[in-house]
Amino acid sequence: MIKMSTPLTKEDVLKVAALSRLSLSENEVTEMTAQLGAILKYVAQLETLDTDNVTPLAHCLPIHNALREDVVKPSLSNEQALSNAPQIDEHYFAVPKVLGEGSA
Amino acid sequence: MDNLTLIQLRDKIATGDISAMDALNHTFDRIDSVDPTVKAYISIHREEATSQAIYIDEQINSGQPVGMLAGVPIALKDNMITHFGRTTCGSKMLENFSAPYDAHVVEKLKAAGAVIVGKCNMDEFAMGSSNENSAFFATHNPWDTTRVPGGSSGGSAAAVAAKTVWGALGSDTGGSIRQPASFCGVVGLKPTYGRVSRYGLVAYGSSLDQIGPLTKTVSDAALMLQVIAGHDSRDSTSIDEKDAQVDDYLCDIEKPINGLKIGIVKEFMASEGLDPQVAQANQAALDQYKKMGAEIIEISLPHIQYAIATYYLVATAEASGNLARYDGIHYGHRTTNTENVLDVYSASRSEGFGSEVKRRIMLGTYALSSGYYDAFYLKALKVRHLIRQDIDNALKLVDCIISPTAPETAFAMGAKTNDPLTMYLSDIFTIGVNLGGHPAISIPCGISKENLPIGLQIITPAFTEAKLFRIARMFESTNDFATKLPQL
Repeated sequence: MIKMSTPLTKEDVLKVAALSRLSLSENEVTEMTAQLGAILKYVAQLETLDTDNVTPLAHCLPIHNALREDVVKPSLSNEQALSNAPQIDEHYFAVPKVLGEGSA
Repeated sequence: MDNLTLIQLRDKIATGDISAMDALNHTFDRIDSVDPTVKAYISIHREEATSQAIYIDEQINSGQPVGMLAGVPIALKDNMITHFGRTTCGSKMLENFSAPYDAHVVEKLKAAGAVIVGKCNMDEFAMGSSNENSAFFATHNPWDTTRVPGGSSGGSAAAVAAKTVWGALGSDTGGSIRQPASFCGVVGLKPTYGRVSRYGLVAYGSSLDQIGPLTKTVSDAALMLQVIAGHDSRDSTSIDEKDAQVDDYLCDIEKPINGLKIGIVKEFMASEGLDPQVAQANQAALDQYKKMGAEIIEISLPHIQYAIATYYLVATAEASGNLARYDGIHYGHRTTNTENVLDVYSASRSEGFGSEVKRRIMLGTYALSSGYYDAFYLKALKVRHLIRQDIDNALKLVDCIISPTAPETAFAMGAKTNDPLTMYLSDIFTIGVNLGGHPAISIPCGISKENLPIGLQIITPAFTEAKLFRIARMFESTNDFATKLPQL
């Protein structure tokens, strides 16, 4: 079972960087391990609190499932949606290959 | 002209005493003169602002009705999207981003006749407490340009304090309107969560973020809130007005609260790192309230010491989700370096984000990751519940809670950049109400012997901004800090 006070390792940092889609240099990994380690040590104080009978509060307002009728309304045009694209191909966002050798 | 309050300027424009173009030209002159030093602005929109000012003048001159802010130059923190110019969030990731629509608050300001002059510098993606995390340049405190204006709405606060505009909008997730207001000697309000639509506010912590005004006076802030508050169906976290109506924030603002009960937080008094001059100014303000018939009552927020830890798990977890959209594909920076699609994500993000942003994304991802979620994120949400309960319970015993806004006055540039945790700890007084959703205002309450402003924070229950303004006005009416902005 993971505890808050479990120390942070370099391997953890590399794993989290991969999940976050961040590529860090050697130096950044070292620095990040130290800094995140210190921050995690600080936040671990929450572990000392008994919260067994407390419900989590994700959201401050008593609003749930704010829904609307499933009716088409004006939205962004294709031009607007593509207007900041780094690369486009006609009506599409152009991206590197997703399938095939050397890909994800 | 720059000694007028926003409301005074608005009134003079409405009667034709001053034209909107006069006010705007004054703003441009002022920006040209002081902004090279202060560097509050990322972009100025001369054409857009001029055409709005011309339009307002035409309307007024032909006797057409105009809105509550007609002709008043206003600035926006650069995380509120505008369809004109760029919206950068202080980040290389969005350096050239040009939004296809206006934020809800921008629509409201324009409908009220405000003249939006420019976009203000900020800590990147609103992550920071000093404006030093901007990817472009740091903003300097107009009171002492070797010092920070605070953050992350440091540009907005400095723009008002330097008298370039009569009001600005900022955003507050952990104190980012109030702390810079305190450091820059202006008024800064974080409304109740859900009071102002976040549609078009680039998201950092979606359950914490709120947009609010920075102004010279409490009444000015009340007017700006009047314009931007209200339900917006495009923001599903925006409160329905049948559940919380938008009050008239100005009509009773000069009426003091009789028998005002003020809560002071027992746990704050033991704060290490509380500057004695700040403590003194806070006490002097409480004494002033006592003279006006208020009763000071000690209250307890038993879990408040855990607020920073809670925040840095909740906010970073939300940020890791919110910033996942910056992948170099649809908009924003894309690397030119690689070929494979996963590498495009990583390289674009690593090139586009600064180190504080990366740190917070990493922290949030860690807290949410499989196996860690219960121990970290869920735990933090439970403590959040306790913190909100504490504040709600305290506000049943008193009308408001008063404390300093920040434990210190504006610190020197570079003083805290080496240790992220030191920077985080300065949020101690502001952060609780972001977790709880309560409204809070910072108003000037003193000037240190180093000639730096000191801010007083007032908190009231959810959706009671009308009362909050009255309480703030009670104190403001006994001093002239609003006239003491620095001569630059």
